[in-house]
Amino acid sequence: MEETLQQILDHYKKNDGNIITILQDIEKNFGFIPEYAVNWISEKLDIPASRFFGCATFYSQFHLRQRGRNVVTVCRGTACHVKGSERLIDRLMIELDIPDNEDTTADLKFTVEKVNCIGACGIAPITILNNEVHGKITLDKLMKEIKKIKAGE
Amino acid sequence: MNKNILIKVCAGTGGVASGGEEVLSAFRNAISASGIEAEFLRGCAAHRVGCRGFCAQDVLVDIVINGEKTTYKHIKHDMVQRIFDEHILNGIPVEEWTVREDYHAFHEQQTKVVLAHCGEIDPEDIGAYMAVGGYEAARKAILYMRPEEIVDTVKESNLRGRGGAGFPTGLKWELGLRIRSDIKYIICNGNESDPGAFMDTSVMEGDPHSIIEGMIICSKATESHHGCIYTKSEYTLSVKRLQKAIHQGYQRGFLGKKIFGSDFDFDLKIFQGAGAFVCGEATALMRSIEGKRGMPSAKMWRTAEKGLRDKPTVINNVETFANIPKILMKGARWYRNLGTEMSGGTKVFSLSGKVTNTGLVEVPMGTTLSEIIFDIGGGIEGGRAFKGVQIGGPSGGCIPAALLNTNIDYEALAQAGSIMGSGGMVVLDETDCMVNTTKFFLEITQSESCGKCTPCRIGTKRMLEILERITSGNGREEDIPLLEELGQYIRSASLCGLGMTAPNPVLSTLRYFRDEYEAHIRDKKCPAAVCRDLITYSVIEELCTGCGACKKVCPADAIRGTRKTPHKIDQSLCVKCGTCFDACKFQSIMKA
Repeated sequence: MEETLQQILDHYKKNDGNIITILQDIEKNFGFIPEYAVNWISEKLDIPASRFFGCATFYSQFHLRQRGRNVVTVCRGTACHVKGSERLIDRLMIELDIPDNEDTTADLKFTVEKVNCIGACGIAPITILNNEVHGKITLDKLMKEIKKIKAGE
Repeated sequence: MNKNILIKVCAGTGGVASGGEEVLSAFRNAISASGIEAEFLRGCAAHRVGCRGFCAQDVLVDIVINGEKTTYKHIKHDMVQRIFDEHILNGIPVEEWTVREDYHAFHEQQTKVVLAHCGEIDPEDIGAYMAVGGYEAARKAILYMRPEEIVDTVKESNLRGRGGAGFPTGLKWELGLRIRSDIKYIICNGNESDPGAFMDTSVMEGDPHSIIEGMIICSKATESHHGCIYTKSEYTLSVKRLQKAIHQGYQRGFLGKKIFGSDFDFDLKIFQGAGAFVCGEATALMRSIEGKRGMPSAKMWRTAEKGLRDKPTVINNVETFANIPKILMKGARWYRNLGTEMSGGTKVFSLSGKVTNTGLVEVPMGTTLSEIIFDIGGGIEGGRAFKGVQIGGPSGGCIPAALLNTNIDYEALAQAGSIMGSGGMVVLDETDCMVNTTKFFLEITQSESCGKCTPCRIGTKRMLEILERITSGNGREEDIPLLEELGQYIRSASLCGLGMTAPNPVLSTLRYFRDEYEAHIRDKKCPAAVCRDLITYSVIEELCTGCGACKKVCPADAIRGTRKTPHKIDQSLCVKCGTCFDACKFQSIMKA
């Protein structure tokens, strides 16, 4: 981990970065923001860890807890909302057996997250399955894709 | 055979999601596998184009043979070979797959200024942009125009900020020019956060060079040498195409040192936001670029005087910048005359929701709402009744059928209780519950409130709680006046646009759809049968064939019955997920 963090630090110094760019690099490398990483960098740069956590909790791109290996992002934009994305999420949580107030399955296979709008409202409702955008999605279509992923694991 | 053949495949976010890249490579494979003589191959090119707006019919493909264009809709990669054999080789279009009148009606009633190149040129090729006159305006501005001349032209065009508030762009630039400073910045605001709006991303994806060109012109007009495009990292395709476009700009000498051979320098960077709705607000956006929490600050100074890193900063929206090159080339008067007396030019709207033709729509200022929704948008899908249209997302308001003749401009929409906003237009029909939709908007503003001002942080939370109470059947008679009172306080006591506009959806729906609130509160009924706690699912025994399809899919095991006899739903177990309603082939499940 230290090696990766050192690279992130070097990149920051070279490219005139800031707290957000560091956090973006950490998120990209680890999939979330580990507490250890923040403390390590905070010490090296002599910037209080609270400044990092302040940003990490402010922006929706950053996550403080480990996430599932597969991420299902359901768009919660207005167009998707009127085309039934709320029900899609409700059903998805039941199908994947994710408890209330959680977003990840116990075996860390899946994380279900919401996004405010990805700007493809013409083909609402939309989900992003591991970075692949699926438009005009239905629960049946989505569960088929999820089964495929489960089978492949 | 000496034909000039061009194949254009839509590759906006909508196009890519519908399989645009597969279609493009299928065409390329078909061309290279055909083994036709080289002369033919040279004249035949397949390339991607940006969003052409009509996402409902993606993937859209244009085949242009010797200037004659045929457009196909809903194309999948396995349909490519037939188009290639019949149309490209033998010249006979595959009629059954071509677009119908609705496609032409959709486009012919629009006036394309900002979207003129979207869907026509390859956004990843600077040469394609230059072939349609791109960078001519920037060259003219940098080499032959004084900053004051540019400012005057923009002022005369009557262009107003397309981010939503409608501040006159020329005035903003004049302020930026007048202020003296060692460093000045210009920023392009591409943090399009209004859910239901996708015009900025479509321009960034479909015509990124027009934004860069607009910024180059602005840099000269305000004598700034540092530019930054702020965009959402969720917009992966926009980021990729902008990066490519900026790289090409540097290669050609349109960006960097001594641009266009003058002694003027202009550097341009991209900053990817980390996901915060409030960062669409100018001061919050600047804090975000500085690497801080994106919280708005009180505007003691105009950002034109003290903005990014406390230096003078001119900030404009994506669409505003994309208009600039056209204004310089075609003239301020032309642009001004397109619109109304108060606002010049055109405005792009993203039309979505329950309308037949969803997609991007560009119309002159002053067009009526009903022209957009019914003439261009083709009316409500499935022939249901129109209920309202939400303009401006969570900051805007809902406009009812009675006001469909409103002419679109900043003032008229404000009068109707909405805002122009960035241009999201979500159409709602009779199956949408206004209280539920309002709750949805408030969920966004509540969770995206940065927390700085108490009325916004706590007020939106309280409003949301009241709406949750109403939609779950526990609404009280005094809730309606309470919502109105809270709304007024939040509106008048918040610092930035997010808080000031957050009560708009509540106040506008209370103004036009009060009866729906009353039905929820007094009768404990949701007239549109949307609010989960207020509806019940039951089996209509006469229609039920006892096939058991509902029983099989019910996640709560709440359906009882033996085969071939009518089933029953156990209301104490039912979680109201609606699975049975979707699964029943005989419409024998009732939602009320």
